[in-house]
Amino acid sequence: MMHFEFPIEGGNFLKAGSASSQLKKILKQLNVDPRIIKRVVVAAYEAEVNVVAHAYRGIIMIDIDTSRICIQLVDEGPGIPDIGRAMQMGFSTASPEVREMGFGAGMGLPNIKSNSDELSITSEVGKGTTVKITNYLEQ
Amino acid sequence: MDNNTFHHALKIREDLCIGCSHCMNVCPTEAIRVKNGKSVLIAEKCIDCGECFRVCPVSAIIIDHDDFNRIFDYKYRVALIPSVFTGQFPDEISEKQIHSVMMELGFTHIYEVENGVEILVDAINKYAEQNPVQRPLISSFCPAVIRLIQVKFPSLVDNIIRVKPPLDISAGFIIREFAGSGIPAEEVGIFYVTPCAAKIAAIKDPVGESSSSISGVINMDFLFSKVLRQVKQKKSDTCAIPTSGELTARATCWSLTNGEASQLSGRCLAIDEIHNVIEFLEKIENEELNDIDYLELRACDESCAGGVLTTSNRFLTADRLRNRATNRDKAPVQKHPEGFRDISSEKQFLEDNISIDPIKPRSILMLDENMAEAMKKMDRVNRIMMLLPMVDCGICGAPSCQALAQDIVQNNAKIHQCIFIQKILEQKGEMSLEEGVSVMQDIWGFSKTNKYRDLKGI
Repeated sequence: MMHFEFPIEGGNFLKAGSASSQLKKILKQLNVDPRIIKRVVVAAYEAEVNVVAHAYRGIIMIDIDTSRICIQLVDEGPGIPDIGRAMQMGFSTASPEVREMGFGAGMGLPNIKSNSDELSITSEVGKGTTVKITNYLEQ
Repeated sequence: MDNNTFHHALKIREDLCIGCSHCMNVCPTEAIRVKNGKSVLIAEKCIDCGECFRVCPVSAIIIDHDDFNRIFDYKYRVALIPSVFTGQFPDEISEKQIHSVMMELGFTHIYEVENGVEILVDAINKYAEQNPVQRPLISSFCPAVIRLIQVKFPSLVDNIIRVKPPLDISAGFIIREFAGSGIPAEEVGIFYVTPCAAKIAAIKDPVGESSSSISGVINMDFLFSKVLRQVKQKKSDTCAIPTSGELTARATCWSLTNGEASQLSGRCLAIDEIHNVIEFLEKIENEELNDIDYLELRACDESCAGGVLTTSNRFLTADRLRNRATNRDKAPVQKHPEGFRDISSEKQFLEDNISIDPIKPRSILMLDENMAEAMKKMDRVNRIMMLLPMVDCGICGAPSCQALAQDIVQNNAKIHQCIFIQKILEQKGEMSLEEGVSVMQDIWGFSKTNKYRDLKGI
């Protein structure tokens, strides 16, 4: 069992994706199947960008053992009022500035879902959101 | 081919190496260490990009090619030359002169590699149509990039198009042409004039093909100086018209940056220089970019014009080829009557044989095959890293603190190789000055500590 934590800065797109890159490096060193690495990293990247785009600050916690990779993103931010709607493809609340940088197309959550074996999202409006992504290694 | 051995064209000559570590510091895959005052290449990590060759101050890194006289083992001797070869020569020397001298040197035929491009363009477009889901497709052109993807980006091996590069298509055509005239393959020697080390490795140890139809490889810098010398000595003009077919404009520029990307359909990007390629592949691996159809990736700055075995300035070479391409369309050159037919006459045959096998990943990043073991090792690497200064000074003989930590965990290095750790051990009385000097000698060689012995009067 290994545990890693990386902080995520809200609003700083210059660093968006750095935690996912770290995660990718770790998984490659652990000889995880490249196809699983791809799924995990894509899901982590989307979730990381979500924190950068919407929240004030957050943390990504990664737990790895030989059976699964579990990623938990906890942020302090506005929260998601209607998770069901946020899961729909193309739905986005991103600001024009964020969209101009090439983010916020409303593909984030659906993309996370399709790249994870288990996904749970809990959110409290005005407080923040917790996203938990699990991918299993033995299939 | 044994899976555990990889042919490398790059060799370090121990008798010349001064152990300066320049090569170790520029290697993009951290494949070099310094031991006993000499650079050592880690075979499975090397991708034959040639960055080490460029920086070696004493020319101790050599690129192993075939003896030129091997061409005379064959009755028919074909020089397979890439367009950047003619691009090496100053403007006042004509292609005709270059080809004439090459015939005098012993070749019976000259064929330009990029003729194969005419077959390739359609094949790539067809491949893209037949594989609509896999995006971006990555060009199979540059062998150093293919090896880079295998070792550092194993998840992207399936993105590499399984289509032969122009070199293999043209070689296949030549053999077919001779066979058509009743000449058996063993009488035909095809010698490729290479601008880089990676192409040699690709020929001697092909990826995605069981064997290569190329008989031998000649380094471009070697042939360039041989030809130039003869051209300067006498104006020879024996071969009035080149035996090679005429290259079209797109074929002439294929090996330059944007040569592929400008000719294919969809959103195509061209990236050159190894660090740029690595940076871009990181993005592709994260799926940060979703709307790219085709990637032309080349290990050298200015692509093959900047190959490590080129002599001429890469920007001038590229400019000459572009001029050649522009002028070609204005005044098409006559064909040699005894030359090869147009490559399109064998289009069907070449297309039927254009596929290569899937390219296998062979990651150099994993700490252990077994994940539980790898986790243990990663834990140890992380604990060692906390002791190391993270300045990547290279005094330990490894290119970075991270590399040293991994070498220690894999039993290929000792922690006291780190000069900072040595100071701590000395302070704690666990290591003497003499022991420290002895460790440095093991890394940098005996002669590097001469000053120490002078001072001590030993």
